[in-house]
Amino acid sequence: MSTFEALQGNEAVATAMRQINPDVVAAYPITPQTSTVQKFADFVSDGLVDTEFVTVESEHSAMSACVGASAAGARVMTATSANGLALMWEIVYIAASNRCPIAMSLVNRALSAPINIHCDHSDVMGMRDSGWIILFSENGQEAYDNLIQAIRIGEHPDVLLPVAVCQDGFITSHGMERVEIFEDADVKAFIGEFRPQWPLLDLENPKTYGPLDFYDYYYEHKRQQVEAMENSQQVILDVAAEFNKKFDRNYGLFEPYRLEDADVAVVAANSTAGTVKVVVDQLRDEGLKVGLLKPRVFRPFPAKELASALGHLKAVVVMDRSISFGAMDNAGPLFLELVAALTLHGVHVPVADYVYGLGGRDILPREIEQVYRDALKMAETGQVERLVTYLSVRE
Amino acid sequence: MEQKGWRDIPIGGMILEAGNAVEYLTGGWRAFRPVRGEAACIHCMQCWLFCPDSSILVDVENEKMAGFELEHCKGCGVCASICPVNAKVIKKAGEELERDDPRLCIRMVEEGKFQE
Amino acid sequence: MATKLTPKELSKRPERLAPGHRLCAGCGASIIVRQMLAAIDDPVVIANATGCLEVATTIYPYTAWRVPWIHNAFENAASTISGVEAAYRSLVRQGKIPEQNVKFLAFGGDGGTYDIGLQALSGAVERGHQFLYVCYDNGAYMNTGIQRSSATPLGAHTTTSPAGKVIPGKQQNRKDLTSIMAAHGIPYVAQAAPSQWRDLMKKTRKAVGCGGSAFMNVLSSCNRGWRHGTDETIEITQLAVDTCYWPLFEVEDGEWRLTYKPKEKPPVEEWLKRQGRFRHLFRPENRHIIDELQAEVDRQWERLLKLCGEA
Repeated sequence: MSTFEALQGNEAVATAMRQINPDVVAAYPITPQTSTVQKFADFVSDGLVDTEFVTVESEHSAMSACVGASAAGARVMTATSANGLALMWEIVYIAASNRCPIAMSLVNRALSAPINIHCDHSDVMGMRDSGWIILFSENGQEAYDNLIQAIRIGEHPDVLLPVAVCQDGFITSHGMERVEIFEDADVKAFIGEFRPQWPLLDLENPKTYGPLDFYDYYYEHKRQQVEAMENSQQVILDVAAEFNKKFDRNYGLFEPYRLEDADVAVVAANSTAGTVKVVVDQLRDEGLKVGLLKPRVFRPFPAKELASALGHLKAVVVMDRSISFGAMDNAGPLFLELVAALTLHGVHVPVADYVYGLGGRDILPREIEQVYRDALKMAETGQVERLVTYLSVRE
Repeated sequence: MEQKGWRDIPIGGMILEAGNAVEYLTGGWRAFRPVRGEAACIHCMQCWLFCPDSSILVDVENEKMAGFELEHCKGCGVCASICPVNAKVIKKAGEELERDDPRLCIRMVEEGKFQE
Repeated sequence: MATKLTPKELSKRPERLAPGHRLCAGCGASIIVRQMLAAIDDPVVIANATGCLEVATTIYPYTAWRVPWIHNAFENAASTISGVEAAYRSLVRQGKIPEQNVKFLAFGGDGGTYDIGLQALSGAVERGHQFLYVCYDNGAYMNTGIQRSSATPLGAHTTTSPAGKVIPGKQQNRKDLTSIMAAHGIPYVAQAAPSQWRDLMKKTRKAVGCGGSAFMNVLSSCNRGWRHGTDETIEITQLAVDTCYWPLFEVEDGEWRLTYKPKEKPPVEEWLKRQGRFRHLFRPENRHIIDELQAEVDRQWERLLKLCGEA
């Protein structure tokens, strides 16, 4: 029997970690991830987990120790945000290319400078080429659910990639909500045992990890990573189906909200999607046919499926919580990838980008309402007046 | 080693055959090779201790230095430089000897000039 | 019964570093690795920082390592092995794998240890992971082309501290990393050299048997970077020891002990003149640098004698 608890997003994640009971956690505190690590430290000190908790001296060492532990044959988890992720960036790529199925809670926070401890998505966007599977979470419940599924996804023999589960810093990480927590035994049964295929600690079969590749082999190793990414989409769906069967909550590659009969839609990830749902309901009450597409799986990017889901619309507006500086029109990355997906799959609909919420700038329902009204105008005229709008920045 | 495609090699850059570097014959690097000279080897195994390339052959059963592993020996000459018998021979001669002097226990002979 | 530390007995041990690696002829690093691994009878797992040793022994698809081995990046050998060691302790504690008396080692050059890897090393030993960190110190970033490190001796020519018209080589004395590691208060710290193989092997055994974090700094001559003959490796290493540029000592549970006292202490010049990287110091206008280096060697030696109760 599951229980319903009042938990902050970080506490929900820490609870998932306790139930997963990884062999090793190597982590370094950084706002707004800290309460995860602190809560987990409580579990360790109270003997509630078997985890060897390595209190490393930096995030670079955190991911380094995670790679060592994972290669050794252990189930490994960690957590970080923003500049912590930036510091471990070198090793983030290595974790993926060494095929270490590490599960990481990434509490999204703005990258410096200036230093800002609040939410935006600049951190996760910086790792989008790294070879990690990346999942978005609207709230603490989704972060909890996604982290449990992440173990199965990453460890699948056709995948063997690390997985990052995102949630918005402070907004959901520190926001208290009603979270359904499953029974320890059920989570344990769902994730199963970790069966590493090539552990370093298999002394009978010594192996070498991390050799030097010249130009005659590096490309082949990268091609293998592509294969793993391609395999992961089906694995993600299979794990979600199994999760749904066991825990009665349905996950897919994204969540359509009142999308099927909509004229226009917003594409928004993480917590803002929750606010958008409220606005959608309000505008629907006014008779406006609006909807939301909430991305869940960002890597691997489900281009075909997204294009298919958005193909019937008359206008699409993407909401980006980060900027890809110097990219086309200085747009956000979600917009850039979605536009490519739509175009290549023959969906020719006006699309615009609204950059919002940088550095934790609040995003209000009335602002989202205005975005929808802009979208409806776009649908009417078929024109995109301005490709990229920076919402609520003071001129 | 024939170059394999991406489907035929282990993932993640792992090398599963421990020590397969033996297949790479560094003996081709040599400009000089170590050769046994007239002075008798005392099988002290100092050469084994100091060879950077694990190229001193050891007869484990008889506890003897059994020669040089020429497929990999790079001809660095460290064995000749630390050989205690060489040191004795040089001291006895009372002068600096050429590296390929036949009186030595381990002499270093130019690869091109070497004759079996 | 541990293998007796005699060349005959040791030569019966299996070679854990296979031939066919591509380290330079006469490289000190592989001599060190072979001697140390021969001294350890237990199974080992190794983490290796980027550098000559790592690169030359694992050019895909070949590996010279006959033991479990991982290279992660340049600055994180210590944090990588921390993760491996933590995994081992966790899995053994949970009964998922058997206890096998595995010894965890990390190898890094002076580049990956004194400089970019210092933080990870300090953190790992502060946490008390049971492992031995071995720095094979050849006094520069050799693998990338002989660039200066904080281990480079005063006056040495490197490609980033070249002996030029205005500045004659490296301007700073080398960092005393071994003392820094001793200050961490870990159970075992030592300085060693492969020319004194027995001393090196005894220290290796103490280090892996100390039940906590251990650090060994081992002088590794580089005939390319130091500019000497390929066959002079051991001789030049021993000269560094005898001139007291590289004294051999250990710090066991905070007790400093000198493990080798040279019968004669030749001037450091005797070591410098054998290496091309110091050639420019013998010009009249640079001789004062030799004096400075001698003064520093003497100062450190006096300090060490005091610490070891030998003054």
